[in-house]
Amino acid sequence: MLLIPCPWCGERDEPEFHHGGEAHIKRPLEPDQSTDEEWAEYIFMRTNPKGVFLERWVHQSGCRRWFNLARNTATNEIIGAYKMGEKPPISTIANKQKTATVSNKKPKGVK
Amino acid sequence: MVDAYLRQSPLAHLHLAARATTSNALPDAGVVLAEIPYLSQFVLRGNADNQAFTAGIKKALKLPLPISPCTSSVDKTGHSHILWMGPDEWLIVGPSDDQAHINSSISTAFRNQHFSLVNVSESRTLIRLSGTQAQNLLEKGCSIDLHPSAFSPGSVVNTHLSHAHITLHRLNSIQQPTYDLYVHRSFAEYLWSWLEDAAREYGLDNRSK
Repeated sequence: MLLIPCPWCGERDEPEFHHGGEAHIKRPLEPDQSTDEEWAEYIFMRTNPKGVFLERWVHQSGCRRWFNLARNTATNEIIGAYKMGEKPPISTIANKQKTATVSNKKPKGVK
Repeated sequence: MVDAYLRQSPLAHLHLAARATTSNALPDAGVVLAEIPYLSQFVLRGNADNQAFTAGIKKALKLPLPISPCTSSVDKTGHSHILWMGPDEWLIVGPSDDQAHINSSISTAFRNQHFSLVNVSESRTLIRLSGTQAQNLLEKGCSIDLHPSAFSPGSVVNTHLSHAHITLHRLNSIQQPTYDLYVHRSFAEYLWSWLEDAAREYGLDNRSK
């Protein structure tokens, strides 16, 4: 079970939360001018990375607020939570990715 | 507001008051449960950063608005509370005959301001839990750290108790820990039954009035 750090309530168990998909999806600025491809891109297309993923969660059974979470989809490691409208913790994410690449290297002598 | 003669507790069919024990009938009971129905409950929404709003609430209700997450405030009588529900949301709780007073005092104070006050008195009932084993009982179905160092008197959280959504409030009682469990009316019977069952090993005293 994930222990998710709500920006307001602190760490709580996963059943109190609902997942809201990828974060920072921008709605087309001029909907009337958008093509079908642009709409499809906005509505359906999502990245599916193995590694750090920025996603939305809502603390449904707690304070009922939406927030963003940076989570590693391969290890389930939670890098940090940040409120709606705030910028993702890019430096922390970059550091984590750096250490992840180092640890993925094969030890000496292993082919 | 529901007419008084139409009001019915969601646990009315269990006849808790008729089944209640008299005081000191069960001195060894580790858990004391009581339903406290018909409380006045209002959901207040507003901007906590707005000084006029927070000061106005304090003046209208004689109670400070709890701004820090998971905290509450209580008046001198100990019967009225404001519980933190979210960064811009609070639950105002008072005695059953307080509905009109809460409604009018806030509405008058903020006639031209942006806020929201909704009467939700019928949505939840209150189960009060105390006794020496109260914390052990809650820990059977709740993942919150209830140790006094983490969940001090006055703390309030929205969480799950045995899968049912509750608002859990630890009262400022000097004696033994007392917890108020606000439960939505459709879950009230389930939660009461679960509490009765979970309390069996500690001995249960029902003090509903």
